[in-house]
Amino acid sequence: MEDVVLMKGNEAVGEAAIRAGCRFFFGYPITPQNEIPEYMSRRLPEVGGVYIQAESEVAAINMVYGAAAAGALAMTSSSSPGISLKQEGISYLVGSELPAFIVNMIRGGPGLGTIQPAQSDYFQAVKGGGHGDYRLLVYGPASIQELVDLTVLALDRANHYRNPALVLGDGILGQMMEPVRFPPMRDLGTLPEKPWATTGRRGGPKRLINSLYLQAEKCEEHNRRLQAKYREMQRTEKRWDCLWVENAELVVVAYGTTARICRTALEPLRAEGEAVGLFRPITLWPFPDDPLADLLKTGRVRAVLVVEMSAGQMVEDVRLVAGDRVPIRFYGRTGGAVPSPEEIREQVRELVRELR
Amino acid sequence: MANRHEVIFAGFGGQGVMSMGQLLAYAAMLEGRQVTWMPSYGPEQRGGTANCTVVIASEPIGSPVVGKPSAVVAMNRPSLDRFEEAVIPSGLLVINSTLVGRQPRRQDLRVLSVPATGVAQELGNDRVANMVALGAFLAATAAVRPESVLESLKKALPPHRHNLIPLNREALYRGVELAKAELEGARA
Amino acid sequence: MRVAFKRPDALVDMPTHYCPGCTHGIAHRLVAEVIEELGVFDRAVGVAPVGCAVLAYDYFACDMVQAAHGRAPAVATGIKRARPDAVVFTYQGDGDLASIGMAEVVHAAARGELVTVIFINNAIYGMTGGQMAPTTLLGQQTTTSPFGREPAREGYPIRVCELLERVRGVAYLARVPLTGPAQVARARTAVKRAFQAQLDGKGFGLVELLSTCPTGWGMSPREALKWVEEVMVPYYPPGEFRTDAADPGGGPLLARVGSEVSGKHGEQA
Repeated sequence: MEDVVLMKGNEAVGEAAIRAGCRFFFGYPITPQNEIPEYMSRRLPEVGGVYIQAESEVAAINMVYGAAAAGALAMTSSSSPGISLKQEGISYLVGSELPAFIVNMIRGGPGLGTIQPAQSDYFQAVKGGGHGDYRLLVYGPASIQELVDLTVLALDRANHYRNPALVLGDGILGQMMEPVRFPPMRDLGTLPEKPWATTGRRGGPKRLINSLYLQAEKCEEHNRRLQAKYREMQRTEKRWDCLWVENAELVVVAYGTTARICRTALEPLRAEGEAVGLFRPITLWPFPDDPLADLLKTGRVRAVLVVEMSAGQMVEDVRLVAGDRVPIRFYGRTGGAVPSPEEIREQVRELVRELR
Repeated sequence: MANRHEVIFAGFGGQGVMSMGQLLAYAAMLEGRQVTWMPSYGPEQRGGTANCTVVIASEPIGSPVVGKPSAVVAMNRPSLDRFEEAVIPSGLLVINSTLVGRQPRRQDLRVLSVPATGVAQELGNDRVANMVALGAFLAATAAVRPESVLESLKKALPPHRHNLIPLNREALYRGVELAKAELEGARA
Repeated sequence: MRVAFKRPDALVDMPTHYCPGCTHGIAHRLVAEVIEELGVFDRAVGVAPVGCAVLAYDYFACDMVQAAHGRAPAVATGIKRARPDAVVFTYQGDGDLASIGMAEVVHAAARGELVTVIFINNAIYGMTGGQMAPTTLLGQQTTTSPFGREPAREGYPIRVCELLERVRGVAYLARVPLTGPAQVARARTAVKRAFQAQLDGKGFGLVELLSTCPTGWGMSPREALKWVEEVMVPYYPPGEFRTDAADPGGGPLLARVGSEVSGKHGEQA
């Protein structure tokens, strides 16, 4: 048990990033993720890293861009309003094919909204957010341990694809404490070589980090290259989790914190013998469409209930998968309100009654 | 389910309700249990009431947010006003009787009235009222062993604060004893 | 045979897209010469802005990074912090630096980032077609101040050096017009001192080069140079504003170069 520690999500994500080889953090305070910059400001100097509190979220993401251009594995974190400000920089990171790690501990919106947890930035995260045709690798962890594991994975994948990766958490995941185990510190020497990085030529050829292609043909060619990466991600990066779906007639689809609450909602129903299960996307982009389609194709599932802390965002991706194969019902809470297990259970019961 | 605990600790800022919950969570972790600790966060932690929720279970924990706790530890009056109705039937209510100043309205709860702040003041430091209340909670629930809480305290406190451990130990066990006496009195 | 004049190795041998009479070419050359003279070509990383100078990433032969509009100082910060042994410079226009990127440049200066900023002030947005810039002078007509800039309507032009003068963390700060051989020679010295401040670890350096935009101003190259001298220089007085980070208080101006301040600033038509 010695290597298990009790830790807040906001601190654990920082430690995990360091373990994965990140040594550069650029951020700006915003609730409910302030423990991330606070943790990094004291932890990074211990491992020879750099922490800067930027003048804005805009500056922070552009510092990430600069550090990444120079070959560093860099990260930033924020919560919804701050992530909106970073969208320009994220688009540039993608366009210049730079790796970066970004954390969004979502709070309710729109506008200044609330500091309470939400999942209302799903569209922004998986459908673009910034300008241009692009995708991020988007992970939706449901526990602190998974937050740690996916952070390590996200940094590795970001480096691999030279594309930003985003962890989509929420205020609960950031503020909650759970026991967690960390992987050992990655030897920085095992990180991939970056011959493309602008470090000064050092006797070699000139390197250029750029997202501008004035000629349409060149820009389209660049876009084709990006799309090829996204197809590769769709082939190899999808992750999901299933619970009690083997005989389920009603499947609840939820991610992150909401999926945990759904689990609590379903437990007593299972005990009562109801054929209800839970499908939990872990990667939100690429969305685990094939496994969900496979589940629905069996013909056993008669209805799907999507639960989110939003007015209905991921439900659109579920609908794309389901088509008219099964009816899709949605239940959401917004503006920082967290659904209780009881109210979700009531939704499930109602749907079960309708199916009879 | 007796093995499962969903506890809300509530009080005003400075009463150590967050650390009370963290010590319980840490102790549960040391005992190999599944556990979550979830704070209320935001402006309300300054000035108004602060609270945190601890869930302890043998199975993986779903929701870390609890609408109907199995126990509430209310360190002040506003906390009792806010959470009394939420407790499940036959649930536990631990009341810091020094500050709460009223009896619970519900008749279907197990109630432990412990003068936590008074005892802490007797011990010379009213900041250990949280340990008295935690001790009472443990006596009533056996959620974790008191020794595990003390072990957690050793790990949570930096070495230069370890001089505070004897005081905290005393407060914790005073809480345990007071609760045992009250529980036995109720039974007699 | 002695080579008296050659293209600096830090510049790529290619024609630029700049308009006739535009001083970007001179400014590029000064930076390239200084990089070479200081022997830092192999360590140099430049940051190109959004604006006319965006294609500077093609013209400079050192490693180059293209930045989002106004963000070059933040990008340069990231590069320098990740590779402290790199010699990092940004090359930014007035819209990029003094409008959308004002926060980034002020805070990079306040942090004393060891980077060098080359600031091209030509009182107009060139790339987008001659719109009003934060540095557009009072009375100056642009495509978005068609009646001439009026303080009541469009506010006052921003003097960047005077703003940054009192920011601690600035080690070198100068303004020089690119109007003639003597001024160009002074500009070269200023650029070199700004880079030297970075190499010496003294702090942030910025050189504001008063530049021409004959196309945007609707003038001939010769008229444009005259306009810099007669209209821009009085409002944007040349000189060295800071030469050492050790003087944080913005005391008496040090060793001014260039023409003396004359006329009532800001009242020019």
